[in-house]
Amino acid sequence: MTLEQLAQFSNYAIASATGVLALAFVAYVAQWSFARNVAPERELVAAGKGASDPEQSGEERSTMAGGIGFSLTMLAAVILFAGVLARGLAAERVPWGNMYEFGCAAILFALTSYLVLVRVWSIDWVGPIITGFGTVVLGLSMLVYVPAGPLVPALHSYWLVIHVLAAMISGAAFLVGAAASVLYLVKSRAERNTPEDERVGFLWSIPDSARIDQIAYRVHAFAFPIWTFAALIAGPIWAQYAWGRYWGWDPKEVWAFITWVVYAGYLHARATAGWKGKAAAIVALIGFATFVISFVGVNLFVPGLHGYAK
Amino acid sequence: MSTDGQNAVPALGSREFTRWFWRQLTSMRTALFLLLLLAIAAVPGSLVPQRGVDARATEAYLIDHPKLGPILDNLGFFSVYTSPWFSAVYLLLLVSLVGCILPRSFVYLRALRARPPKAPKNFSRLPASASFETEASIDQVAAVARKVLRWARVDVVSDKDRVEVSAEKGFLREAGNLVFHVSVVVVLVGVAVGTLFGYRGSSIVTEGDGFSNVLTQYDEFGSGSLFDTDDLPPFSLQLDEFTAKFQPLGSAQAGAPRLFRAEGTYETKPGEATKAFDITVNHPLSIDGTSVYLVGQGYAPVIKVTDAQGDVVFEDAVPFLPTDPSYTSNGVVKVPGAEPEELGFQGFFLPTAISGDDGISISAFPAAANPLLGLFVWHGDLGLDDGLPQSVYVLDKTNMKQYLGPNGKGFRISLSRGQEADLPDGGTIEFVELRQFVRFQFSSSPLVKVPLVGIVAGLLGLMVSLSVKPRRTWIRARREGSRTVVDVAALDRVPRDDLPADLDAFLTRFRQALTQENP
Repeated sequence: MTLEQLAQFSNYAIASATGVLALAFVAYVAQWSFARNVAPERELVAAGKGASDPEQSGEERSTMAGGIGFSLTMLAAVILFAGVLARGLAAERVPWGNMYEFGCAAILFALTSYLVLVRVWSIDWVGPIITGFGTVVLGLSMLVYVPAGPLVPALHSYWLVIHVLAAMISGAAFLVGAAASVLYLVKSRAERNTPEDERVGFLWSIPDSARIDQIAYRVHAFAFPIWTFAALIAGPIWAQYAWGRYWGWDPKEVWAFITWVVYAGYLHARATAGWKGKAAAIVALIGFATFVISFVGVNLFVPGLHGYAK
Repeated sequence: MSTDGQNAVPALGSREFTRWFWRQLTSMRTALFLLLLLAIAAVPGSLVPQRGVDARATEAYLIDHPKLGPILDNLGFFSVYTSPWFSAVYLLLLVSLVGCILPRSFVYLRALRARPPKAPKNFSRLPASASFETEASIDQVAAVARKVLRWARVDVVSDKDRVEVSAEKGFLREAGNLVFHVSVVVVLVGVAVGTLFGYRGSSIVTEGDGFSNVLTQYDEFGSGSLFDTDDLPPFSLQLDEFTAKFQPLGSAQAGAPRLFRAEGTYETKPGEATKAFDITVNHPLSIDGTSVYLVGQGYAPVIKVTDAQGDVVFEDAVPFLPTDPSYTSNGVVKVPGAEPEELGFQGFFLPTAISGDDGISISAFPAAANPLLGLFVWHGDLGLDDGLPQSVYVLDKTNMKQYLGPNGKGFRISLSRGQEADLPDGGTIEFVELRQFVRFQFSSSPLVKVPLVGIVAGLLGLMVSLSVKPRRTWIRARREGSRTVVDVAALDRVPRDDLPADLDAFLTRFRQALTQENP
């Protein structure tokens, strides 16, 4: 294939991946809504009933939709991988040299970490959030599309590989952590407010809030050191080579710092009486919001040295 | 506060108050609050331009916002990261951090020498516990337990028919935690030292020109309060050639920059042998502790002005500062030597001029394919003799009048390379040739390795503290008839959900080891 054909293939692949991921999102939403009348505690009783029982079929449909959602997410990840790879081959460099590519590659990492964690901790219940967010980011990436081409001189550095790769991996984990924190808030609220006999719906077949909190913490505890490396080690070293200072309060640096501080706050909040649980989860969500601002907002709305990443 | 209220609350003496204040400041809750406050305090610096980052943008912002600007200025919004309130937050955080690290270090040192705590009476009240029976004697159980708990600190208490094993592991967690927090202090101290003893400045150098490292040659200069500008290392450099390459027209991303390279020679001290340099973006030159970076570039047309008397009153390369990605550039020419009146030119430079829709020329491409110089002319007093420092990029028009053309609009000169035009006062102006300029940044920050080593150590400490599980394990074995009953329990200092599974795995290992020992 010529470089143009590769670039063309990449465009088709990324567009298809966006479509498939949107379908995965629909399937995951269906998984939740089919199960809205299903009470997990009554599963054993329900198993004895006939197949025509509406509750039973709701549960079956829900399980099937969940399976479809997972398969479609995997398919989207594979197509997206092909698209990102082709983009890198077409441009003859790493496929994260501008904002469009960064968005696609970051979602590829997010989907991959989600799929891996589904295998490890069965976290398929964050599926709707991951696939929904992924579809939106891929769609928005189209708005900042640029044709495949070589890099601007400022990005001619192997630190591009290291710094951005670390930022994307930690971002992927932050997304999973934020999704788990959302469900933690929803579930712990429901646990406080819903009487035992009204506990129907998919929310009651996912792990209890303590377990979700545990998972959210682990994902964040994995992401935070990587973010530290990306934003406070690799970034400053590169900045020292490129701009002659390791830290200069460029808007991107400011927001990367804010993100770091907020997540450091989350790790402390989890160990502080009165902040455990709900408040800590909210701090984690604020952390993710600041991550999104440093990734998207700063490039689009604030002039600065990272402007070429548009 | 009312008198009643004062009576109701026992007054705190100054010592008690200090102690109370110190305890508040060093509490986790305060540290958390200060962390979040620091995040919020950092936000304004990304929303309005910062003097230390972009002084020109700050001035422009003040002009654009005549009402809001001065208010923000008084609040320190244009130098957030050196403002009293930002400094207050991070200094409090630093004090809180030190106040947290010191006592915890002593506690940790004591804990390192301490023995594992004795086994609690009732194992079933612990988060994970189990029992099993074995043929082995209680001494064998104790010996095997020591072996299986190899990474932990183990104490064995035994009497006639009973043995208790207490084990504790995971001391590295707190060590990593302390290393991380100490390293934050190291980083901040390292940054402070580098700022106090360092300097940074930038200068525009045109092809064929040179730069000597003295204060007067800088366009912008800033140094730490403990840096003496007489200590600037006495190097100099000469820029021979600058190469800029752009993505060609007709390809994807046409006009995007591809390569910037500055080549020339430098000498470390006057009279020393000259060496060649080749600076590109991301590849600075290091001279005697100072690093030289290529941070900007643009065009500097060589302009020659002859006055009405026929004297050449100006001939020099004039840097025009680029304002957009196609290098539409603005610049000013000041000719104080022109007779009878001083002349000033202000205008633009387009590297690849094409006629736009409305007849106005625009730049279509950043490389110099069709360079065009467009200038308006003023005459009068440039104001250079007032003794006030003036920017070379701004024309002070207070005492100057613009020459008007036949249509009543400003008299305009358009010059391509090599062209000459007549001036209204009888002189001429010529666009002799085109050179390029680069903006070099010179910077020196001593001890740059200190924050780097600090943050790397901090990251390692962080990873240790987030991954090590501090765990206490107790084993109690007692003789019941011909058999030994073994009770095992475990407790995590930081609760984790994998304790029961871990205990199962531990039991399997333990019983296997017992079987091997006593088949």
